[in-house]
Amino acid sequence: MDPDPKKSKVLTSNLPNSNGSSHPHSPFPDEVLEKVLSLIDSHKDRNSVSLVCKDWYNAERWTRSNLFIGNCYSVSPEIVARRFTKIKSVTLKGKPRFSDFNMLPRDWGANVHSWMVTFAKAYPFLEELRLKRMRVSDQSMELLAKSFPHFRALSLSSCDGFTDDGLKAITTHCGNLTELDIQDSVTADIGGGWLSCFPENFSSLEILNFSSLSSEVSFEALERLVSRCRSLRVLKVNDIITLDQLQRLLVHAPLLTELGTGSFLQELTPRQYEDIESAFGNCKNLRVLSGLWDATSFYIPVLYGACSGLTFLNMSDTVLQSGELAKLLAHCPNLRRLWVTDSVGDKGLEAVGSSCPLLEELRVFPADPYDLDHRHGVTELGFLAVSRGCRKLRYVLYFCRRMTNAAVVTIVQNCPDFTHFRLCIMNPRQPDYLTNEPMDEAFGAVAKTCTKLQRLSVSGLLTDTTFEYIGKYAKNLETLSVAFAGSSDRGMQCVLEGCPKLRKLEIRDCPFGNAALLSGLKKYEMMRSLWMSACNLTMKGCRLLAREMPRLNVEVIKDEGSDEIQADKVYVYRSVAGPRQDAPPIVLTL
Amino acid sequence: MSPPLLGVEGQDQCNVSLMSSSASVDTVSQNGLGLKERNYLGLSDCSSVDSSGVSSVSEENKNNLNLKATELRLGLPGSQSPERDPDFSPLSSVKLDEKQLFPLVPSKDGICLLSPKNVVSGNKRGFADTVDGFSESKSTIFTEGNWMFNGAGSDTGSKLAGNMLSQRSSGTQSIIKTDVPGKASQECDTKINGSNTNSAPAAKAQVVGWPPIRSFRKNTLASTSKNNDEVDGKPGPGALFVKVSMDGAPYLRKVDLKTYSSYQELSSALEKMFSCFIIGQCGSQGAPSRETLSESKLKDLIHGSEYVLTYEDKDGDWMLVGDVPWEMFIASCKRLKIMKGSDAIGLAPRGVEKSKVRT
Repeated sequence: MDPDPKKSKVLTSNLPNSNGSSHPHSPFPDEVLEKVLSLIDSHKDRNSVSLVCKDWYNAERWTRSNLFIGNCYSVSPEIVARRFTKIKSVTLKGKPRFSDFNMLPRDWGANVHSWMVTFAKAYPFLEELRLKRMRVSDQSMELLAKSFPHFRALSLSSCDGFTDDGLKAITTHCGNLTELDIQDSVTADIGGGWLSCFPENFSSLEILNFSSLSSEVSFEALERLVSRCRSLRVLKVNDIITLDQLQRLLVHAPLLTELGTGSFLQELTPRQYEDIESAFGNCKNLRVLSGLWDATSFYIPVLYGACSGLTFLNMSDTVLQSGELAKLLAHCPNLRRLWVTDSVGDKGLEAVGSSCPLLEELRVFPADPYDLDHRHGVTELGFLAVSRGCRKLRYVLYFCRRMTNAAVVTIVQNCPDFTHFRLCIMNPRQPDYLTNEPMDEAFGAVAKTCTKLQRLSVSGLLTDTTFEYIGKYAKNLETLSVAFAGSSDRGMQCVLEGCPKLRKLEIRDCPFGNAALLSGLKKYEMMRSLWMSACNLTMKGCRLLAREMPRLNVEVIKDEGSDEIQADKVYVYRSVAGPRQDAPPIVLTL
Repeated sequence: MSPPLLGVEGQDQCNVSLMSSSASVDTVSQNGLGLKERNYLGLSDCSSVDSSGVSSVSEENKNNLNLKATELRLGLPGSQSPERDPDFSPLSSVKLDEKQLFPLVPSKDGICLLSPKNVVSGNKRGFADTVDGFSESKSTIFTEGNWMFNGAGSDTGSKLAGNMLSQRSSGTQSIIKTDVPGKASQECDTKINGSNTNSAPAAKAQVVGWPPIRSFRKNTLASTSKNNDEVDGKPGPGALFVKVSMDGAPYLRKVDLKTYSSYQELSSALEKMFSCFIIGQCGSQGAPSRETLSESKLKDLIHGSEYVLTYEDKDGDWMLVGDVPWEMFIASCKRLKIMKGSDAIGLAPRGVEKSKVRT
């Protein structure tokens, strides 16, 4: 930028109708600035832009069309509506992640309704709404359906609170809907009437995912819908839909790129078997496959014809044995992401290592998480086998019952590019299986070797040494999950002092107390949130934090029957909206 | 010398075995009586049921099974016992620590709610112990009214670890199911029993929200994994999967009716999946030789119990389970539903009438 005043004067004078607000000292007239900024999509970049100067702040806010709010309580709907005027797409996240594991009361909050009311007034041109871990009532859905004539995409991830009636409003009134994506829903058993409410001339749907709803939808209505929505590329049904019904759907939509099957358990006649096999064979564009409930070795081969282009295979709802997995993987040479249950065993993971050289993400879920028998599942050997064959691994989520330091050290040497390393040794505080030592060296190796590490979940027997390593080496770490670990306040302090990019810290059942909590006083305003439950925090410490840092919301949930002093569950987050008004009585805001 | 001794020994042994078996029968009835007196799950009303000698024992057996299974499972995370006794909790009388036994108090909604006080003290102990190193079994799983029972959960990230039954009462903590597949609950039973027989503390406890998997994951994995033990994985000829839903529960389970041969088996399996559920006292009546219950008895039972098991038959009608002989039942059952007793009252007469029409 040339600060030469003559040049900028020339620029200004050359523009016929500047919108009136050209600052004489600004090198760019507003129009140009806004045009340039409207090309920037990244939220981080936009946030940086808005900090440059007042003009840039304004130009940015007038041109932002995608709104991302990582914690719905960090800001209020009114503040948002005042600042941004042209929003077309909103992503909103609510409850802390541990709500997925039933650690929060049901009525904790994160109700979208107040947002919906504000959006209805401020953003009539809203097109997309993506919600995660929020409560969405039927009332909110009805308001949504009636307030936004251009509405196109609704995505609900881990949301609850709605019923068939709310969905009916959406399907009845949103005539331009292209996306209805409901993932990991935790709603009660809801009806299937909503699917039948798409008007007969409605044909714009591109994405439909109701795999996590138990709705008994009308297959006839679904079949008609699929056959008339010629642009449908993502279809994920629930397990009401049977195999032969699926075959009929596939015949209507062979161009699907993502498919979630229904139930894979059905007695088929040989003719039906052939039909479904050829239907899959015709799906040449399939990249993502999931569902497959109750799939058994007899029926899995019908999939083979569709697997050559698969990049993401989600078998986490199927109990697969190692041999079945091996055979299936032989047909999937392009796999980048694989989700399985640990029923495949170490042997199955060996097959992964040898069949999937392009693999970038592996998630191994426990088929029997409460099986204390330790006979089943995967061990360090399976993980090792994968790391030897899949050198491009970036993302791993691994539930196991046994692990060793040596194995993890080797694994990260094989795969140094991990960005997400989530290891869950299911028995709390379990030491190295061979040496009986803490698992400090394992996670130390992860922190040291994986320089790009953004997300880490630790488990097993861990002392403060682990956290010293993390604080010292994990300079790109953004999310850390800790359970049953650490020996003293020092552990948490190391992390708070050492990890400059830390945004989310969630801790449970660790011996970290007030000193640790307060050591992060300055840090929490730079983070999205902190969760600590079943640690050594007291009300006094939490009150002190709240007093010292007025722009943090410090919320405490006390377990029933606990004494006056203990702060059982503590949730700390920055907010410009002040303490929230909708907390249930059990949540104390300090 | 030896023959007489042998003879004597043999006899002694015989006697001993006779005694032990009679002792167990005694224990059964004693336990049955003992448990009956507890007004557990509102079952005291079932004493109004007229019971012939045989049927009362079987009923008590079933009661015992129900009650024992429920009571023990909920009360005590136990130690790991070396043997597994999958289908039958030992009927030796169980000495339960007062604190650890969670009395099931019907909540306003008619759904059993664990008393939070007991629960949380367990949790506190649990934390103190976790600091020390997890030495004892603590019922931390029961924090906030959690309780374990099989099923319902698959966490895609996983849909595991329990879902909340829809409790619309705001102040109370709702019941939270944790996903415990069938096997685990059996183990839990034996663990609990083990803890009663051993004095050593249990090796581990189930903890709230751990392992960190989502509630709804793996809804049917437990049942599927059992079925996959068969060789070719093809659903066996006539595998009869039906969905089971429960009022207030967010998730469905599936069961293969072919794997059970009586109402009793189905009942215990379902109970493992959905705790706090009563088959309406009809299970034991399902044997072909048994007559169907009279309408009044059925009504008494339904009034007395929290939940009843109903099914939708091929005609689309909802019937009370237990009316018809087992074979007829599995031939006509399309899906199962665990309803609140109050909702099922209207069914009973129809069920009886329908079966009357058939017989």
